[in-house]
Amino acid sequence: MSKMGEAGQRGPKIRSDCWIGVELRESGGVEVDLKSKVAGMFGQRITALLQEGCEILGVSHAFVQVEDQGALPYTLAARLESAVRRAGHDPAAEFLLPMKDHGLATSAADRLRRSRLYLPGNEPKFYVNAGLHDPDGVILDLEDSVAPTEKDAARCLVRNALRSVDFHGAERMVRINQGERGIEDLEWVVPHNVQLILIPKVEDPDQVRAVDRRIEALQQQHGQQTPVFLMPIIESALGAWRAYEIGVASEQVVGLAIGLEDYTADIGAQRTLAGTESFWARAQVLNGARAAGVQPIDTVFSDVTDMVGLRESVIEAKALGFVGKGCIHPRQITVVHDAFAPEKTEINRAKRIVTAFEAAEAQGLGVVSLGSKMIDAPVVKRAQTTVATAIRVGLLTENWRELDGAGVPGARIDGKLTESEKGGL
Amino acid sequence: MAQLVTNAAGRQVPAAINGHAATPFQGVGKFHPTGRKAAPPLRACSDYPMDGNKVVDSIKTALTNAGLRDGMTISTHHHLRNGDYVANAVFAAAAEMGVRDLRWFPSASFPCHEPQVQHLESGVIHHIEGSMNGPLGDYCTRGKMKGMAVLRSHGGRYQAVQDGDVHIDIAVIAAPTADPFGNATGDRGPTACGLLGFALADSEYADHVIAVTDNLVPFPCVPWQIQGNNVDQVVVMDSIGDASKIVSGTTQITKSPDRLLIAELTARFCDEAGIVQDGFSFQAGAGGTALSFALFLRDMMRERSVKARFVRGGSTQYLVDMLEEGLTDYILDGQTFDLEGVRSMRENPGHVNTSPFTSYNWHGKGNFASMLDAVVLGATEVDVNFNANVVTHSDGRLLHGIGGWQNCLFSKCTILPIPSFRDRIPVLVEDVTTLCGPGELIDVIVTERGIAINPLRRDLHEQLRGSSLPIRPIAEIKSEVEEICGGAAALPELGEKVVAAIKWVDGTVIDCVRQVGG
Repeated sequence: MSKMGEAGQRGPKIRSDCWIGVELRESGGVEVDLKSKVAGMFGQRITALLQEGCEILGVSHAFVQVEDQGALPYTLAARLESAVRRAGHDPAAEFLLPMKDHGLATSAADRLRRSRLYLPGNEPKFYVNAGLHDPDGVILDLEDSVAPTEKDAARCLVRNALRSVDFHGAERMVRINQGERGIEDLEWVVPHNVQLILIPKVEDPDQVRAVDRRIEALQQQHGQQTPVFLMPIIESALGAWRAYEIGVASEQVVGLAIGLEDYTADIGAQRTLAGTESFWARAQVLNGARAAGVQPIDTVFSDVTDMVGLRESVIEAKALGFVGKGCIHPRQITVVHDAFAPEKTEINRAKRIVTAFEAAEAQGLGVVSLGSKMIDAPVVKRAQTTVATAIRVGLLTENWRELDGAGVPGARIDGKLTESEKGGL
Repeated sequence: MAQLVTNAAGRQVPAAINGHAATPFQGVGKFHPTGRKAAPPLRACSDYPMDGNKVVDSIKTALTNAGLRDGMTISTHHHLRNGDYVANAVFAAAAEMGVRDLRWFPSASFPCHEPQVQHLESGVIHHIEGSMNGPLGDYCTRGKMKGMAVLRSHGGRYQAVQDGDVHIDIAVIAAPTADPFGNATGDRGPTACGLLGFALADSEYADHVIAVTDNLVPFPCVPWQIQGNNVDQVVVMDSIGDASKIVSGTTQITKSPDRLLIAELTARFCDEAGIVQDGFSFQAGAGGTALSFALFLRDMMRERSVKARFVRGGSTQYLVDMLEEGLTDYILDGQTFDLEGVRSMRENPGHVNTSPFTSYNWHGKGNFASMLDAVVLGATEVDVNFNANVVTHSDGRLLHGIGGWQNCLFSKCTILPIPSFRDRIPVLVEDVTTLCGPGELIDVIVTERGIAINPLRRDLHEQLRGSSLPIRPIAEIKSEVEEICGGAAALPELGEKVVAAIKWVDGTVIDCVRQVGG
């Protein structure tokens, strides 16, 4: 009885993926039967890659059938490995392609996380250009976007994508599954320089600690140096209730995200556009996150055709204090970034406050004042944040002080605020 | 085996095509033909019905009256696009009459013309001179056609008719509306397609002209896009085409985020290059990316209250909206792609019917195409020297026609927004499989991975210095693509046999297509 396994997708409508069927044999070596839309261009390379893969996986005799719709090497490798595993073969080793340089970057706890683009874990066609749309983060999703029968294949594909795909500087995030399956997911991504793990449906700090412990163990085992940050997703009444505890459950937590589809179901409400039903939870998660010193991240906006609604939704989230939004379509990213960006008057006001504060400090004054107004410390702090954010998103240059001092039009250091700039002081 | 010579672009091209000597490409703007234009035979009006009724009972009768015999050239046109019934009906009638070795000279062919394969097999058609895609392209690529195919641009077709390179014995013009005298228009009738510009040269230069309509109106058919004074006979068919495949109900902009990104980068490039100014002009096709580009441009124009003097079609509802909104004074249209385009052409005096003569013809005393400030086109491949291919894919198979593409390259700024690769198929390559457009005429490539400006355009490089747009050398983008695709693609295995010659806009041979597969 020969053993069979198959993985991937086939058919004329499939793009950038392949289907691989593996029949394990007793003898005869590895025979590859390739049907590919790029056979003339890459046929020999594809066959060589699959032969090499079989050798690494410890498959000596097999009939390997391929129907390829232009899959890139990392996808071919993942589909082969999944098919071999599904045929019941316990691989001698994982079939890993070389780690590309762009996969080695380190993230930072306080980096911008305005936009996180969800990518379905088992769909290779979305991966390769995702970074070009310039999201702050990409989420390779192993959870809800992957059918239960494809969880294993998605793990292989996500692992390979982390090693091969250039996400152009976006933070490389993976959303793991819930519970034990999520803990198992970690060994597929942690050794491959994932930068942040999203933990779904967290309602107990122990869930975060369990993930943290497993990551630490894997890092020791693989000699990983770079940090792996955590972002728990609050999606239930209990989770919202315990937001602060979850936020401080681990040093590695850098943000708390809220997911409203599950939350509204959990409290027995309908999700509305106005969002009254989720206001408490959002405020709770926001305050929990701020209390824990981590970034509060808002839910996704799910109507991908409504850019005006998206913009309004981000402006509302920003007004509440959120610093990030989930994106389910690349075209949402620019809208999110624009809406989160500090406004011009906001930046100008912040610059004056920072300038006044620095002047006061230089003169050894304990009190910062602008014109006749005294400026409180929290106002200074917020102004410093605004200036820093403006610099990070490219609305202000690092040397704005010199430029302003050199008499750039519109810049004043006399400390006087215009009427519109006075708001919020 | 055809004798090959090396042309000015370094390409090996046939020295003769179907037994007639051909001139190899000599460089852009280098070929200056002399002599006089070709002309149709003299006729006497007394040989035509004095009552103006030229209607005969069938295509077969009309072909018989026209004196159809072996080896003649029959032309048809593609304004009915993939809904055309007329070309198939003409060759079915010719087959019934037992004639052989015809040259079919369509302005383009579509997948609906697959039945012509049987006439190529049986010997009724000797070869095709016109764009081929789908089953006909495949048939030609496999080397099965008796003669060598010739591909020309829309302007090149006009040029070939005017200078006598192609002598049309019988032109058959599908006419959505016509009168018994032969006046015809495309802007109305159950199979309205907009305009009939592709048939204009044929109506003036063919020995014999037959108009075929399914909407015969009493004289006069007004407006007439084709003049009855050039028409010999009129045939009425039940239907000349499938209206649903002639124009689409609505044209679709792309939903692909990557293509939208390319379209947006293209619009931003035009902006930063200083093209988007009052009184400017542009042309963009009806493909998803080009349409989206037009929408980004429209938003930009609205925002800054900039108005174009004219835009060139293929028109769509989006261009029509711009015209009606006052964002452009005119649409100078070459073909209409959707129902809104047809309506506008019929109703709006600012929506002007043009032809390859006005816009593309090498023998014209100037062309509209070269006056455009920017043109946005597609391509199947572009190489590191900005040479582009539009007829074959990287596997060497003939898949597209040239259309007006070559003619449009003469605009002031020619921009190709293209993905850098499709699935695993590189679009940016070392050397194009088939050369259709010389790199010196292609100014900018916009891909999802960056914008490459032709080094010859120092002015554009200068203008865009310090831009926040991702401007990169073309070779660098190509290397990135190879890195992603796992190396450079192997070159296709091409046969020795030349199956198609690719003409440049002036009638010289710029490249050829070799047999692939059997």
